[in-house]
Amino acid sequence: MSRPSNVGGAAATADYLDQRTGIGLAVKAFARKVFPDHWSFLLGEIALYSFLVLLSTGVFLTLFFVPSMGQVTYDGPFAPMQGVQMSEAFRSTMALSFEVTGGLLMRQIHHWAAVVFIAAIVTHMMRVFFTGAFRKPREVNWLVGFTLMILGIAAGFSGYSLPDDVLSGNGLRITDGVVKSIPIIGSYLSYFIFGGEFPGDAIVPRLFTVHILLVPGLILALIGLHLFFVVLHKHTHYGLPGRTERNVVGYPLFPVYVAKAGGFFFIVFGVLALMGATMTINPVWNYGPYDPSPVSAGAQPDWYMLFLEGALRLMPGQGMEWVIGGFTIPMNVLVPAVVLPGLLFTALAAYPFLEAYVTGDRREHHIADRPRNAPVRTAIGVAILTAFGVLVLAGSNDIIATHFGLSINAITDVCRLLLIVTPFLAFWVTKRACLGLQRKDRELVLHGHETGRIVRFASGEYIEVHRPLDEYERWVRVANEPRRPVELLPVEDERGVRRPGYRRDAARARLSRFFFEDRVEPVTPAELVATQSHSGHDAALALGGGDAAGAVPSGRHAAPELPSASASTTAAADAHRR
Amino acid sequence: MSTSGSEVVRHADGNGAVGEPLPDRFDNPGLPPHRSRLTDTDPAAARRATRQVVALFTLSILGTIGFVVAYALVPDGDTIASVRLSNLLLGLGLFLAMFGIGAAAIHWAKTLMSVRDVAEDRHPQRSSTKDREAAVAVLREGAEDSGIARRGVLKGAVVSALVLAPLTIAVPLIGEVGGDWRVSTLRHTLWERGKRLTRDPSGTPIKAEDVTVGSVFHVIPDGLREGENADHWIEEKAKAVVLMVRLDPADLKEADDRKDWSYEGIVAYSKICTHVGCPVALYERQTHHLLCPCHQSTFDIADGARVIFGPANRPLPQLPITVDDEGYLVAQSDFTEPIGPSYWERLK
Repeated sequence: MSRPSNVGGAAATADYLDQRTGIGLAVKAFARKVFPDHWSFLLGEIALYSFLVLLSTGVFLTLFFVPSMGQVTYDGPFAPMQGVQMSEAFRSTMALSFEVTGGLLMRQIHHWAAVVFIAAIVTHMMRVFFTGAFRKPREVNWLVGFTLMILGIAAGFSGYSLPDDVLSGNGLRITDGVVKSIPIIGSYLSYFIFGGEFPGDAIVPRLFTVHILLVPGLILALIGLHLFFVVLHKHTHYGLPGRTERNVVGYPLFPVYVAKAGGFFFIVFGVLALMGATMTINPVWNYGPYDPSPVSAGAQPDWYMLFLEGALRLMPGQGMEWVIGGFTIPMNVLVPAVVLPGLLFTALAAYPFLEAYVTGDRREHHIADRPRNAPVRTAIGVAILTAFGVLVLAGSNDIIATHFGLSINAITDVCRLLLIVTPFLAFWVTKRACLGLQRKDRELVLHGHETGRIVRFASGEYIEVHRPLDEYERWVRVANEPRRPVELLPVEDERGVRRPGYRRDAARARLSRFFFEDRVEPVTPAELVATQSHSGHDAALALGGGDAAGAVPSGRHAAPELPSASASTTAAADAHRR
Repeated sequence: MSTSGSEVVRHADGNGAVGEPLPDRFDNPGLPPHRSRLTDTDPAAARRATRQVVALFTLSILGTIGFVVAYALVPDGDTIASVRLSNLLLGLGLFLAMFGIGAAAIHWAKTLMSVRDVAEDRHPQRSSTKDREAAVAVLREGAEDSGIARRGVLKGAVVSALVLAPLTIAVPLIGEVGGDWRVSTLRHTLWERGKRLTRDPSGTPIKAEDVTVGSVFHVIPDGLREGENADHWIEEKAKAVVLMVRLDPADLKEADDRKDWSYEGIVAYSKICTHVGCPVALYERQTHHLLCPCHQSTFDIADGARVIFGPANRPLPQLPITVDDEGYLVAQSDFTEPIGPSYWERLK
């Protein structure tokens, strides 16, 4: 490419870069790349942007924080703590809060950003789950996202423990107790983590390395992979008019998406700054440095640890410590703190593969489901969230007890019951609600909107005039593909020979029935036509009745999308818009 | 209109037998027609939107200036109140600086940039069969060329070397990372015969007569931070902390083999919860109940620290105590079982 004679500075720079990198090709390919727009797609962005805020505030904090458990005596400006022995980690956290101008703001923004980061990851994951956006070809990216969630929790937990205050120290002690409960290797694992006996003098520097190097490095790499997959697969979109499995509809990356997404970063940063400015978080000067003896009542971990805390609180202890051959297995710790999260996380990671197995669906899916159109999946998700919610509630049982003047024992017992009962209840209610919403969609498609206009016929009969849906409104409610249980081939083939693999198929068929036996299928054109012919006389009479809009009956009749009637359909739809 | 209507009815009446068969599903109607915004059609509205965007950017600039001014003028001071003020002003400045940019950019995009939906084609993720075959051929050719399939010894050597090499990092790492790896240390504490019970944190010894009925003492062993313990007092304290209470001897239920573990109604129990190791610190005088604030395990101090509620399974270990010649409370021995949470080799 020859250089024009009168190029400006930008063009000259672009030319310089392109001659050395060939970046022009990438710009051409990506600048107009299409991104669908929907509020629920912003949840992942919040996670990404909070992470960027975490990186920038985190770098600030590392310049002042001293990751050492060496003991010093406090001589700083905070009077109540004069002369108190503390670790350098706690001392430098005090200095960050009281002596570095803006340091407290950075600490608080960092902590709030961490809380929001994990909340955004979890809600983003919920969005992906409930809309089925984890289906082929995105299963691998679901696993990447799942790993990011685990790493997010690891980052949060390791950072929370760095100030070496009473609260986080007791949190570490609980962790130590949980680690020790693991059969065979428990005590050794505890020594591995703490460099010897708890608490030792290694845990803060070790967690510091984990927190500022290991975990964020992995998170950065996986975010890169996560976004690479988003670009490779192209974003999902909802089943709105014009959106298909073969296209992606949205705004071009440059300039609209850059402005919106870039702007959203600043909004997230701004809101986190506002939180850091106005809401105190982790005021370590109230807790004091870690000492193995004191403990504060009413202490709560950050929200993402509450469910584990709740599980530990709910598990009854009596008879739960098994001694086998002289070796101790403390089930009262192992079950709630190791087995339960293990099962929960395994189920989460495995769900896309389970559903693919049940449906036997090998096709790619790029249209995100409306949650109601996958009643059993939605119900499973809500059931798990309900159990999670009960555990979170149980993790705050002492706060509930003191705020509402209730017996802590009663709250604990009720939560134990709720943990067992509510997930099943939530499953049933959600499934029914989804089926009900699907029925409502059918009702709307078949009969249209109620208009509140009552018409009286000459015969004395009254009817309410219904306004049919236009084709765009209707499409949203009929776009989903009906899902039916897989059919089971007979036990024996036509020659009476028992079919190999029948048992496996039967198990799959049972699962498939569980998923899809109860279903409400979307309206078909034939059903719409049939319904309209039955109610046709109403419409005709309504038309004859006088002031009924001409569009009503014509819309009703022209609504089914017959190839031959498409012209009149469009005409009817136009009539509605006018 | 009526023509198309009767045609549809004819379809339905004939149950699909007459006329064309109906499709199973509706067809996608395609993108709805574009609706233009006020700013697309009204130049005055577009100018107004431009002014709003400029105002929002200006707000951000003011926020940044405010931040710098607050940094220069408002000192942290030494009190929580002054730190709070500085924190609030800096935070509000930062909020405006960031939020202004974000709101301006989004308002700009929503009102002034063209937001017409654009459709882009998707292609199946899998590569074409031809490409796949070419890829397999390339790999096969490479494998053939390297001779790895034919020379088994070579394959074994490569794999062995690669598997073993990480040991150079793993061996010293695992050797050193757990300190001395002596997990048996977990079962011993600083308590021993004649070791005085002292107040936490002052370290002053306690006379039995100073312990009145119902009072609670948080106790550490004498000389916790002295001599050879000076470097690792915190690990010793984490195991040795004790909670001591004097009960009315009439309320005290004691097992036969522990009758002499208390002194005139004074009992001492490990303060470390047998559940996951929190300090069990909340004592209720009326009921003699000791509650762990972490997970609410509740122990009855009058009855051998028996678990009466919550996730703990075992009673708190009891420290056998007595008094020395000077009337100070002392331990008779170490705890007779490991303190704190349960672990695999606890009883070995």
